[in-house]
Amino acid sequence: MSEHIVKAYDKELGALGRRIAEMGGIAEKMINDAMDALSGLDAELARATVATDPRLDALQREVEELAIMTIARRQPLAVDLREIVGAIRVAGDLERVGDLAKNIAKRAIKIGAEPQLTRATVGLRHMQEIASQQMKDVLDAYAARNVERAREVWARDAELDALDDSVFRDLLTFMMEDPRNISFCTHLLFCSKNIERIGDHATNIAETVHYIVTGETMPIERPRNAPGA
Amino acid sequence: MTFIAPAADSAPAAAFAADGSTKIAVRSLDFFYGESKALKNINIDLAERTVTAFIGPSGCGKSTLLRVLNRMYDLYPGQRAEGEVLLDGKNILGPKQDLNLLRARVGMVFQKPTPFPMSIYDNIAFGIRLYENLPKSEMDGRVEAALKGAALWNEVKDKLDASGLSLSGGQQQRLCIARTVAIKPEVILFDEPCSALDPISTAKVEELIDELKERYTIAIVTHNMQQAGRVSDYTAFMYLGELVEFGETTRLFTAPRQQRTQDYITGRFG
Repeated sequence: MSEHIVKAYDKELGALGRRIAEMGGIAEKMINDAMDALSGLDAELARATVATDPRLDALQREVEELAIMTIARRQPLAVDLREIVGAIRVAGDLERVGDLAKNIAKRAIKIGAEPQLTRATVGLRHMQEIASQQMKDVLDAYAARNVERAREVWARDAELDALDDSVFRDLLTFMMEDPRNISFCTHLLFCSKNIERIGDHATNIAETVHYIVTGETMPIERPRNAPGA
Repeated sequence: MTFIAPAADSAPAAAFAADGSTKIAVRSLDFFYGESKALKNINIDLAERTVTAFIGPSGCGKSTLLRVLNRMYDLYPGQRAEGEVLLDGKNILGPKQDLNLLRARVGMVFQKPTPFPMSIYDNIAFGIRLYENLPKSEMDGRVEAALKGAALWNEVKDKLDASGLSLSGGQQQRLCIARTVAIKPEVILFDEPCSALDPISTAKVEELIDELKERYTIAIVTHNMQQAGRVSDYTAFMYLGELVEFGETTRLFTAPRQQRTQDYITGRFG
């Protein structure tokens, strides 16, 4: 796409894009680190993950301020308007992803004191791998403004929803087997929900990419296949 | 940053399908200034009681198109239009068209306020007298109604004898709108009505356009994209004498279908 006649306009949009990219990198790392901390019971890593979150919050504010300033100054239209609205939305989603990862990291610290049940985290690890892949794919789709890839992410979220259900049943079983697992497994239940929500944010971003590129919104209903849920 | 252009729509013109009925239908219109062709095969429908904005860079033909709609160009030798402009289904470009009647039905407001050098009252009454012979009391009523219609009454009701030229620029422009409204037109053409006005006066004129569209079909040429976005229901983007894209304003300004439209409204025009 050609440049604006006013070069400062391109600079402002570029600044927005760079912040989103940085936020994406931080959010992705936070998800991985939080899960590593959880399965490895690494309190040090968990604390480091929690400590990263304020940077994400600050970036989100910067994106909002830049976006508002650009709207006020340039009265953007068409693709520019969609870009800026999209940046605000994506920044909001990434900030929430950071919060969810932070929550997992905090739980990793807490469950260090609980009796361990390593097999209980296997399903969670699998969920996190899918969620991380979804985040990676959707951020790539955003960077490349690629609707097809965004749509794939959007459609794939059902997988994560189904896994969440299955992890829920597993954890329920562990708790029924031995009440001493209850505290540990309850934390994991929340973690599972957090990861499932991270997936939802990935689909939100996919919808935003679709809107930025095409100017049209995606259907409200996503395909869901949660057999026996 | 890279972007994928929205899917191109191959048929930009005459894509009109509104709830309302068509007031003006332009068909295969070409326009010439001497040898030079200023409009190329324009097809567009203006819906009744809506506002249609024409945007595009200088020289794209938008003002020319407006001037065809009430045959303003007839005043100048060497200018001619080919094709059809149907007002309520009747071609106004035909040789038998009564031009005075046409201009009474299709009024025009210009870029610079052009009040006559006479009193505020007579600025309005002048046009009415051309078409109707009214007793004084009835004329008073018409003048008042026109000034109210142009949201000017409260500001001038105590000085109707003052010269129209004594008003501020924004008031003068509303006086011109009142003058147009007084003749009870069906269509009002605005050629950059706010380009010489301050933001407050501009807001008043825009508010007025919003009210006027309840009764009239309106076409407005503007260089101000935000203004087009604010006041119009439909927007037409013209470039080099062609109608590039025409559609609902909200759609055209958020997701234009043509690359040239997008480049223009986002300020990327090379």
